[in-house]
Parts: sequence; C-alpha cells; structure tokens
Amino acid sequence: MTPQTSALAAPVYSDRVVRNFALASVLWGVVGMLVGVIIAAQLAWPELNFGISWLSYGRLRPLHTNAVIFAFGGCALFASSYYVVQRTCQVSLFAEKLAMFTFWGWQAVIVAAAISLPMGYTQGKEYAELEWPIDILITVVWVAYAVVFFGTLGRRKVRHIYVANWFFGAYILAIALLHIVNSAAIPAGYMKSYSAYAGVQDAMVQWWYGHNAVGFLLTAGFLGMMYYFIPKQAGRPVYSYRLSIVHFWALIFTYMWAGPHHLHYTALPDWAQSVGMVFSLVLLAPSWGGMINGVMTLSGAWHKLRDDPILKFLIVALSFYGMATFEGPMMSVKTVNALSHYTDWTIGHVHAGALGWVGLITMGSLYYMVPRLFGQTKMYSVRAIDLHFWVATVGIVLYIAAMWIAGVMQGLMWRAVNPDGTLAYSFVESVKATFPFYVVRLVGGLLYLGGMLIMSWNVVKTALNGRSVGVSIPDAVMA
Amino acid sequence: MESLYLLLPLSVLLVLALIGLFAWAINAGQFDDLEREGWRVLEEDSAGLDPDQAPRRLPSTQFLHDD
Repeated sequence: MTPQTSALAAPVYSDRVVRNFALASVLWGVVGMLVGVIIAAQLAWPELNFGISWLSYGRLRPLHTNAVIFAFGGCALFASSYYVVQRTCQVSLFAEKLAMFTFWGWQAVIVAAAISLPMGYTQGKEYAELEWPIDILITVVWVAYAVVFFGTLGRRKVRHIYVANWFFGAYILAIALLHIVNSAAIPAGYMKSYSAYAGVQDAMVQWWYGHNAVGFLLTAGFLGMMYYFIPKQAGRPVYSYRLSIVHFWALIFTYMWAGPHHLHYTALPDWAQSVGMVFSLVLLAPSWGGMINGVMTLSGAWHKLRDDPILKFLIVALSFYGMATFEGPMMSVKTVNALSHYTDWTIGHVHAGALGWVGLITMGSLYYMVPRLFGQTKMYSVRAIDLHFWVATVGIVLYIAAMWIAGVMQGLMWRAVNPDGTLAYSFVESVKATFPFYVVRLVGGLLYLGGMLIMSWNVVKTALNGRSVGVSIPDAVMA
Repeated sequence: MESLYLLLPLSVLLVLALIGLFAWAINAGQFDDLEREGWRVLEEDSAGLDPDQAPRRLPSTQFLHDD
C-alpha cells in the first residue's frame, strides 16, 4: 500500500499526496463543470432555480468559479508542483506529513466553500468570496504549501532549478501575498465581515488581486506544468530553454501592474486605468514568446501530434493560451473595452483561457501523471483520451464562438441610439436576442463536461488496474 | 486613491525583491549553461545526471575554479 516499507531499501518519491491531489482534481473538475452547466442552463431558462435560494444563480455562480479555479485547478497545481519539484530536484518532498496536511486542509477549504456559498455567505469579492474563517484556513494551508515546496527546492540534489519550479514558486508566493492583502477584513460575526478597504480603493485592491490571481495561479502555475510536461511527453527539450527563462522574468515583472484594466471607465483615476492598459499590452510579448516556445518544442517532430492524444491536449492548450493572451490585451484597450465591458464577450474570453488553456493543459498533465502514479505505462484507454480531446475541443469552440457573437451584439445594441438621442433598444431586448447563444453555450459546456466524465472513467479504470507503487529516486551522481 | 498608496509601494517592493532574486540566480550560476538544462529534464528518470553537476551545497564559486 504505502511505499513506506520499500522506502528503507531505496528512497522513493512522496507520491501519495500527488495521487490524492490528482484524483481530487478530477473529482472536483466534474463537480465544478457540472455547476457551470447548471448555471448556463439557468441563464437560458431562469426557472431552473426552482425558486430554491440555494440553487439561485447568484449563489451557484461563485460556487462554479471557486470549484473550477481552486478545487479543480488548485488540486491539479498541488499535484503537478509536488510531482515536478521532486523529479527535477531528485529528492522526495520536504516534510511529507505537512504535504499531507495541505491535501486535507485544501479539501476542507473546498468543502467549506461548497457549503457556505450556496447558503449565501460571501464577502462579495470575485474569486475571493469565501468568508474570513475559511480565508484563515486558506492562509494556513498555503503557508504549509510554501514550506513544503521551498523546503524541497532547498534540499535539491540538482544544482540548477528547472524553469518549471520558478513558475510554481512565483505562483505560490504571489497567491500568498494577493490573498492576504485582498482578504483583509474586519470580522462582524462568525461568518460575516467587512472589507478593510472602501469604495474605489476596495475595487482597486480587488482587481489587483483578481487580475493577478489570473496571472499567477491560472497562468504562471499552469506554465509550470507546460514547461515540464510538454518536453516530457514530446521527448524533446523545450525549444529554447533560454527563452523560457526570459519568459519567466518578463512575465512576473509585468503582470502585477495590469489589474486596473478591469476598472476602465469607473471612478478609478484615468491615469491608473491607462497604466493598466499599457502594461496589459506589454504582456502580449512574453505571453506569445512562451506560447511559441512551447509549441516549437515539437519542431521537427510534428508527426507526434498526430498519434499522441496527450500531446494534442498540451499543444492545443498552448494555442488557446496564445489566443487568450492576444484577446486580453486587445480587450484592455480602452476603446475596445468600451464595447466589450459588461458583455458576454468577457465571459467568452475567460473561458477561452479557462476551458482552452487551463483545462486542456491540466487534463494533458493529468493524463501524463496518472499512469505513472499507479505503476502503469499508459492510461487504461488511449482512444478515450482522443475522444475526450475532440469532445472538449468542439465544446470550447461552441462556447467561445457563441459568447463572442453574443458579446459584440450586446455591446452594439446597448450603444445604439436613435436620431433623437434615445436608446434604440431596451436592456431586455438584448437579453432576448442573446437567448439562442446561451443555448449554444450550454451545448458547448455539456460537451466539455462530457469530456471530463470520459476522463474520470478512464482515470478510475487506470487507478483500479494499477497499484500505488513507490517510484525510486535515481541516484544523483555525487561521487 | 488611497489604496494605490498601498499597492504601488507593495508592487515596487516586490519588483525590488525580484531584482534581488534575479541577481542571486545569475551569481549562483543558475543560468550558466542553459542548453544542457533543457535536456536534463528528459534524463532524470534514468539517473542521467551529468557527472560535472556537483551537489549544490558546494559554494558556487568552486564551480568556476574547477574548470
């Protein structure tokens, strides 16, 4: 069962916690995407909340975002960072028990979110809705995570720190800082608090947090996966290792400043909006450098893409990364933002990044890790991976195309004026016009969820067929 | 506006810390032989560490003098 017995003979990697997080990620992926499908259906047919407050859109929507970002994505990041840091440093995890605490602590956070959000407890901050007692638990777990990760780095047997670890390290530190600053609040009861900031200050802190949560958790963390699993799966080193280092430093130096683009045309001072816009545009360069670097890793071995569904996941994820990181800077341009802000275009943009980049890179990485974690050479069904890939990709395309059309249409309808200066359309007319696109989006979401169900079947089959073996640590050459 | 008085110094401090970290990485020889580092990740399963990669506990200067 546990590798403890064999550990006396040869040191093994601490993979138990990796296995747990990998399986949890798949489970929470299904849950989070299911909630997403439910609220997508509610937007098309609002009666689907059945008049039950727990099922109302306003409560399920933060449940969906928290579940997919912090439960599905978060568990996958824990799993892959623990997996990668051990392999690239050739040591087992530092403080293995503390690592196991991060697993159970993080699951406790997720369950607390799944209960408190439908009950209506919220701080009202996007992606930081959880109330203060849960925020404190997150802080404790996160500090333990940092101790385990940096402790492992600290006792590495390989002198060079592989680039993926830089990305993982940056994401862990940045999330700690963002979480503590943004969640600062004055408790007013055991599940009630008031933000330490007020008005536009609060908004600025919130979007400093919100944008950097996207930048460091959903980008840097998953780039850590990208820089490890693409070379491993392709059997080739990253196209330019030098460029990957430039990518890292350029990205983290610029990301922190882009947050104000979420507050264009608000009470935030104009100059702050413009600074945010300029830094967002600058971000295009490192993002595309990294994207091209990852894709070109296959240079000279493109045929592998035809036969290997895991590589398809990883490479198509990068193309969505490229798409979303082009679209993002474009939408941060104030004139474009005047059209796109508050429309479903934003939702389409987010999901190009979430379903396309974060989702696909996670699934590809899990498909790489899961067989190895269970002593297998490949997943139970490779054809099912291929099927998952196509179902998910078609789902994403339907989703984002529907939201693009809906968003631009809404933006144009809201700004249309009659010759006498009155609005050409009432708001509800734009809602009515959006209905068919909400249905198409629902179909796209259902396909994506279907793909996730195929994956969970495949993962369960692989786990049941295999066993939890200890992978021994190769002897780092010292003598 | 006041929040910017918190966020701007915080971000500037962060950038200064990052510059420090970057300087450490350069001086510690992290980026000395980037071509090989890309390949190493593929060899880890077979214990394929290069013989000239000594354990990191040796002071980095020793690497320079070894050559």
